[in-house]
Amino acid sequence: MSTEIERIFYEPPARPTRIPEAPPAEPQPAVELTLDGRAVTVPAGSTILDACRAAGIEIPTLCFLESLTPVNVCRVCVVEVTGSRVLVPSCSRRVEPGMEVLTASERVRHGRRIVLELLASAVDLSLAPGVAEMLDAYGADPLRFGPSAPAAAAGEREARHPGHHEPPDGAAAEIVALPVKVDNDLYVRDYSRCILCYRCVEACGTDAQNTFAIAVAGRGFDARISTEYDAPLPSSACVYCGNCIGVCPTGALMFRSEFEMRAAGTWNEARQVTTDTICPYCGVGCTLTLHVQDGAVVTVTSPMGSAVGEGHLCIKGRFGFPFVQERPTG
Amino acid sequence: MDLVTLAPRASAEERAAVDGVLGTATSRWEGGDRMVPTDDRFALGGHAARERRHLLLPVLHAIQARVGWISQAALEYACRRLTIPPAEAHGVAAFYQMFSTTPRPPVVAHVCEDVACRLKGAGQVHADLERMLGPAGAPALGGDATWLPTPCLGRCERGPTALFTVAGLVPETIAAAPVDAAAIVDQLARSLAGRELVPPPLPPEPDEERLANVRRSIPQAGGPGLRLLRRAGVTNPRSLDDYLASDGYRGLRRALELGAAGVIAEVTDSGLLGRGGAAFPTGRKWAAVAAQPARPHYVVCNADESEPGTFKDRVLMEEDPFAIVEAMTIEGFATGAARGFLYLRAEYALSAARMAHAIAVARGAGYLGDDILGSGLSFDIEIRRGAGAYVCGEETALFESIEGRRGEPRNKPPFPVEVGLFGKPTAVNNIETLVNVPAIVADGGAAFAAIGTPGSAGSKLFCLSGHVERPGVYEVEFGAPLGELLALAGGVAGGRGLRAVLLGGAAGVFVGPDALDLPLTFEGTRAAGATLGSGAVIVFDESADLVGALLRIAAFFRDESCGQCVPCRIGTVRQEELLARLAAGRPRRSAADELALLADLGQGMRDASICGLGQTASSAVESAIRAGLVDLGGRRP
Repeated sequence: MSTEIERIFYEPPARPTRIPEAPPAEPQPAVELTLDGRAVTVPAGSTILDACRAAGIEIPTLCFLESLTPVNVCRVCVVEVTGSRVLVPSCSRRVEPGMEVLTASERVRHGRRIVLELLASAVDLSLAPGVAEMLDAYGADPLRFGPSAPAAAAGEREARHPGHHEPPDGAAAEIVALPVKVDNDLYVRDYSRCILCYRCVEACGTDAQNTFAIAVAGRGFDARISTEYDAPLPSSACVYCGNCIGVCPTGALMFRSEFEMRAAGTWNEARQVTTDTICPYCGVGCTLTLHVQDGAVVTVTSPMGSAVGEGHLCIKGRFGFPFVQERPTG
Repeated sequence: MDLVTLAPRASAEERAAVDGVLGTATSRWEGGDRMVPTDDRFALGGHAARERRHLLLPVLHAIQARVGWISQAALEYACRRLTIPPAEAHGVAAFYQMFSTTPRPPVVAHVCEDVACRLKGAGQVHADLERMLGPAGAPALGGDATWLPTPCLGRCERGPTALFTVAGLVPETIAAAPVDAAAIVDQLARSLAGRELVPPPLPPEPDEERLANVRRSIPQAGGPGLRLLRRAGVTNPRSLDDYLASDGYRGLRRALELGAAGVIAEVTDSGLLGRGGAAFPTGRKWAAVAAQPARPHYVVCNADESEPGTFKDRVLMEEDPFAIVEAMTIEGFATGAARGFLYLRAEYALSAARMAHAIAVARGAGYLGDDILGSGLSFDIEIRRGAGAYVCGEETALFESIEGRRGEPRNKPPFPVEVGLFGKPTAVNNIETLVNVPAIVADGGAAFAAIGTPGSAGSKLFCLSGHVERPGVYEVEFGAPLGELLALAGGVAGGRGLRAVLLGGAAGVFVGPDALDLPLTFEGTRAAGATLGSGAVIVFDESADLVGALLRIAAFFRDESCGQCVPCRIGTVRQEELLARLAAGRPRRSAADELALLADLGQGMRDASICGLGQTASSAVESAIRAGLVDLGGRRP
């Protein structure tokens, strides 16, 4: 047959009967480097943190989260790279061939200790999982900088202007504490616990929700997470997906239910059980983890490893659970 | 992107300010009036909308200059026009010192509180103003004026200094130095009375008067042997003819003959090192950008001179603006960039005017734009103004600022030569570095390399301020000792004894009187554990309050930290608290303990901070203690 006729009798390939799979990723060339003197090989494009985790070397992290773009601001994950003038953040620095990395040198331990001491001297870390252990591991003593100064009054920190501040007398260490922002039924914002890890801003923005209700405002020590002009959440772009709560590493963002149970002294994690299920609301099929205490759902999370939403949910999945408890009364 | 904007409609003047930059809104989507029927099937989004983000700072400047502060309604109108989420735009507005997101009187005196001006009595000016006008920021003189303390304004040679901003239909920025409180109150009253009036054009300055005026900032002006300052006070900075008559555009013509690779070879051979503080080889930087396959390439001139005690770039822009235009054009040619940005700090009003004039005149005469000098080369320059943020002098923070974001430095690598402005390969150079370029290209790199020392080629501008007889910008060949530089400026004012010199500004290093034979070269200062930094040389006589200066430097870094990384954000606060305790003689436990803690903290900030700001925030303080220049009650750490 001539090609002309072939074209006329062309039959399209059968439609796929299965979900099409992404084409296989091109295998990355391997990169060799040394971690604490040990030679390792990892795929090109890996970060130092990836390499360390693959080699079983533990690196503390605070602002890093697998599902978000690394911002390398907390500086807890710093390591020493031979030839580098300063310590480098392992969460974002890509490996290079022949790189020599020290993850536990005196300089690394000192850098991490200072960072942890500074954080703990300014922020309430009592609800941040894993931080007490980090402080212990690095021998951090936040009280070296003096006793904590009193919390700011409502609106005081928000009103500060960049470029000038009242000189301190040094008698006490300034802290970021301010009254808890309770302005809606679903979650509260306790910025006394905020370490400015940018995770909530990223989750609200291009890394998950694309809502952009919050951003960092102000400068320096007075930098803070804020809606425009500190508007209450109901007057902001917030859609209450709660993904900011899901990524918050310190408990600064908290379910209203948990906040009130804590205030009433009834919150008890030891009495809580978790149950994984699938969200009943739509066809996406997000995994929900129900946290149940005394026979009632108290909070909902979604596991980070979930292929569907990488731990992110929407307002219905995260907050739409009270109906579970509603039983017929008549 | 669906924007949620909830504030009431912006006022007519706020909208006019925004529209003045962006043109009139053409749809309701953009915040304009409803247009039937197009608005029913119209949405603006995607790349086209996001690409306009870089116009945010110009728009915020326009609102601030028109109204005196940025209200939520005005900000949200700007957000509609540019498709930017209001929370993000607010985060940007609240980052920069010259923007106010709370009501502020339209006439403001920004009064310097920094190291150099303090040596000239700025502290007294502040105390007097508090007495005469009330506390900083409070409405005064009937409510439409106020005063605010501000970091270094870059006119240190004439301190104490003030900058007046007058918002309105005819916004004005007036720099004044030296000033006392009475002069500031006087100027505020005059600005209040003259608001909304178009100021009369300044009468032309007779040549002798101009030279005399220039000599107050550049005592060597008109003298022999100058390279970088040779046109200062001699040629009219507003005249392209003057520039051409004094060897102007010889460099660009030669560059076009040499070709891009030839230019880079000459600049590399010259041994020119960056004058912004990091001393990176300029030729290597240009070669790296030129070799990048990604397009387009950009050229950025860093004119965000904010290091306290530094004002050399200001006088270069004021006195020789065409040289900067020529140098950037050569740089664009060499690196393959068709667009250049000049990022200028907002406090430099005269520099901005002179540069804008020079760019416009050069464009009109065919030295910018398409087909420059008939060679086919296309290059143009755009001025972008900062808004009061020291950290934006850091190159990647500067990119963020041009792109319409908070000035938060990026982590490096990748370096700007690979991923710079708008994510593209970018060559960033300081003003002083660039002013060296036309002569290097015209006369060859070897001739330049023969000047100065083997490790530091050429001559260098130093900004002398504080307790010297004749403060100002001085040009000396590399290698001259510190003592010779001080002698050039007439020595310590009033013949008093020397206590200390701060080299390189707040991020620099204190040296004592024993350092007078320190050779002023990159290698010489490095070997002595000092730095040339930005070229700031602040002189303290035996009566100077050095502890006060350290406290001010600590306060400066606490104010100027962008707040992104922990060591700098919190470390600068702890450093200031610690110094305050020591200065007041109230150490916790013992002074020796406190000094040890200070050293510990300094090392943490130096090692773990993202950018140079945090890495050098403890440098001056630690150097003063190390050199034994201050007694804080303990032994050296």
